[in-house]
Amino acid sequence: MFDYETLRLIWWALMGILLIGFALTDGFDLGVAALLPFVGRTDAERRMVINSIGPTWEGNQVWFILAGGAIFAAWPFVYAISFSGFYLAMFLVLAALILRPVGFKYRSKRPDPAWRSRWDWALFVGGFVPALVFGVAVGNVLSGAPFRLDSDLRAFFDGSFLGLFTPFTLVCGLLSVAMLVLHGSAWLAIKIEHGPVHDRARKFGTVAGIASLALFAIGWGFVAYGDIGYRIIGAIDPSGPSNPLHTTSELARGGWLANYALYPWIIIAPALGFGGAAVALVGIRRGSEGAAFAGSSASALGIIATVGLSMFPFILPSSIDSHSSLTVWNASSSAKTLGIMLFVTVVLLPIVVAYTAWAYKVMFGRVTTQDVATNPDFY
Amino acid sequence: MDLGVIDLSRLQFALTALYHFLFVPLTLGLSMMLVIMEAVYVMTNRPIWRVITRFWGRIFAINFVLGVATGLTMEFQFGTNWSYFSHYVGDIFGAPLAIEGLMAFFLEATFVGLMFFGWDRLSKLGHLIVTFMVALGTNLSALWILVANGWMQNPTGAEFNTDTMRMEVSDFGAVLFNPIAQAKFVHTVSAGYVCAAVVVLGISAFWLLKGRYTAVARRSMTVAAAFGLAGSLSVVVLGDESGYALTDNQKMKLAAIEAAWHTAPAPAGLTLFGLPDVAARETRYEVQVPWVLGLIATRSLDKEVTGMSELVLKAQERITSGVIAYDAVQHLKVDRTDVAQRARFEAHKRDLGYALLLKRHVPDPRMARPQLIAATAWDVVPNVPLMFWSFRIMAFIGFFMIALFGTAFVLTSLRLHTQTRWFLKLAVVAIPLPWIAIELGWMLSEIGRQPWAIEGVLPTFLAASSLTRGVLWTTIIGFTAIYGTLAVIEVRLILATIRKGPFEHDEDPKPVIGLVPTTPPILPLAA
Repeated sequence: MFDYETLRLIWWALMGILLIGFALTDGFDLGVAALLPFVGRTDAERRMVINSIGPTWEGNQVWFILAGGAIFAAWPFVYAISFSGFYLAMFLVLAALILRPVGFKYRSKRPDPAWRSRWDWALFVGGFVPALVFGVAVGNVLSGAPFRLDSDLRAFFDGSFLGLFTPFTLVCGLLSVAMLVLHGSAWLAIKIEHGPVHDRARKFGTVAGIASLALFAIGWGFVAYGDIGYRIIGAIDPSGPSNPLHTTSELARGGWLANYALYPWIIIAPALGFGGAAVALVGIRRGSEGAAFAGSSASALGIIATVGLSMFPFILPSSIDSHSSLTVWNASSSAKTLGIMLFVTVVLLPIVVAYTAWAYKVMFGRVTTQDVATNPDFY
Repeated sequence: MDLGVIDLSRLQFALTALYHFLFVPLTLGLSMMLVIMEAVYVMTNRPIWRVITRFWGRIFAINFVLGVATGLTMEFQFGTNWSYFSHYVGDIFGAPLAIEGLMAFFLEATFVGLMFFGWDRLSKLGHLIVTFMVALGTNLSALWILVANGWMQNPTGAEFNTDTMRMEVSDFGAVLFNPIAQAKFVHTVSAGYVCAAVVVLGISAFWLLKGRYTAVARRSMTVAAAFGLAGSLSVVVLGDESGYALTDNQKMKLAAIEAAWHTAPAPAGLTLFGLPDVAARETRYEVQVPWVLGLIATRSLDKEVTGMSELVLKAQERITSGVIAYDAVQHLKVDRTDVAQRARFEAHKRDLGYALLLKRHVPDPRMARPQLIAATAWDVVPNVPLMFWSFRIMAFIGFFMIALFGTAFVLTSLRLHTQTRWFLKLAVVAIPLPWIAIELGWMLSEIGRQPWAIEGVLPTFLAASSLTRGVLWTTIIGFTAIYGTLAVIEVRLILATIRKGPFEHDEDPKPVIGLVPTTPPILPLAA
């Protein structure tokens, strides 16, 4: 139906859509969990915060699992090299995320305050650590990862865990935290009854909104003036076999800005990143909670799209080998697999979105102190 | 190639998979039982069935979260620890995993939230549909992961592409309708049903022995008896046996399970007992039932069940042929248009994986001498004593389950189940058995596939990521610490839930003067 080149483009876009879907849905769960010990001071307050995401976070988390599975199916090189290359970082994310389902479910099973407090901090870790590490990982993708491929296409790594943390990647990590905390506070503003928790969420949202704007600008500065960016040398065959050894790439200062000259319309992505955060900030201050949530969603969408569009056609550049970088044109599955998976996605994803929307509709409405006190089904 | 890294990667995968698989079977079966219990509630409208559904729902919830939490690790572990595997077969293997996410995980995870939180917000029928969606989602996820696993056991519908140095899909239908995947699905899901039925049966029996919550316990036991009998019959009768004649590795698995060192004349006998001696390549003190194995494995009286020595000879031929394919690939890497090499590759490509077995002993398979090839051929034999004993314990438990549920079914039909105390005690003691059988079954399947990660295609020792022992120890210790802690917490919470009983405050039926209570009055219990 589609040629190989088009399928690769579609799957590149779909990978972006899945990651954005994850950031927009599970993103606020991560933000809410990171805020939990700070916006809720008493046990009842914390239970309100937890139950604001209790019924839906589990479905949201599937966006993360699906992103993993879909990258495996459509971009096996990316799946294989990024997760083994960032091995300990990935372990950290998994360990933190493992605490989350357990924390939600087990925290309120016992009345003991020490028990509950421990789970509250476990939930904080389950929100903050993944948010930070995802950002740091994106920073490392932008600055290139230290891997090379041999002639059997086996990957080898030169990096270390501490090498993942540079000033630029830390800015990316903090931006990710700020972006998701902003999104989380906008969610709490919608879902929690007016009162102390609601007020605190708005305060943290204000700080996170300002931090998002500042960190996104600083990150942009690094990309414009730092030693970051790559370019491809020589001809590209967009329908060629998926073999990174045939592509030559090199470090090019400011390389991630080249696409803005080629396709000026993509400026819309960073504009959404900044504009959305600004709208969220104003919405949170003025009490227009719908606008705040729409703004934080637009901001997360814009920031993630900025990364993808700036790097195109790179997906994961190698910082140590000029014949290993992964691009849209050399790292995908076969045309047959991309076609089958596209068909499956086109059929199933709308169904998923439909019943997810229904689930949100069933659970619509603010969480109140009353609910937490009386509903036996609440966490 | 650091073999220590391979062993540690295998250890971590085994630990995390076996641990994950402690929770999954209960989720599979209990979700189905919740549908049955809630359907009875919706049809009869009797509040006791709501209490029953909600109680087992609480056990389900505690167990479900650990299945989800440990499943996260599994989804990413192919990439983190089996990077070359992910590259080599991602074109085929990734698809069922992605479809599992889209079709199954979203379904169960979205509806599970409504199942726990939606009791007051949904109609009765609406909530039953939600519960059914959760059960459907969990069972579909088993289907897709076993399509993926079945392909590792029988990699049909795929071919090696020399341009991309990996396997690529040629016939997706063959991957989907892989007979081994189908047999595995039925076998695994039924095992999950048995596991849940044993848990419900055992906990109900415990209450009946204590004389507590009898109204809930005896009804739960009736559901468990019927569900468990169907499940245990299905797990044995529709078991894995049917796939064992299909590929060389499946034949090898069967031979190892039977400790059949040589092909016996048809129809082969089933070895009940024996002591496999690996060094001497023979089995001592064999006790055989004539004909039975031939009937089960080949569905005939005239077909042979191939022995290990004969399969090793075949592997030796395939290694020799595979080396030619390997040599052709090296030439095609340099010049993909070389017609002569392309023809050599096409003629021998189905044995390419066998040449890779030599890489354990020599860096370049083309350097291997005939003696080395003959010795390497024995690598295709898995751990025989482990296979032999695991299978016998698993099968014994399987037959015991049929007996247990057959008895339970008769007793519940005769309404004798509340007072037959020896049976109630047996039901409590039986609780750990399905887990033992299930974990052994998993080991049979995965250890039996060794030395292959993908049967005949990619040896396990080539499949791992280029990691170091240090980072592997870090994550193994990390996972063990987290998983160990969570296991202790989970068991305690489940025990506390059982002690607390099925009644929540408002449903707690107080004895009313003049009425016969449905359950004994509830005295202060340790909460």
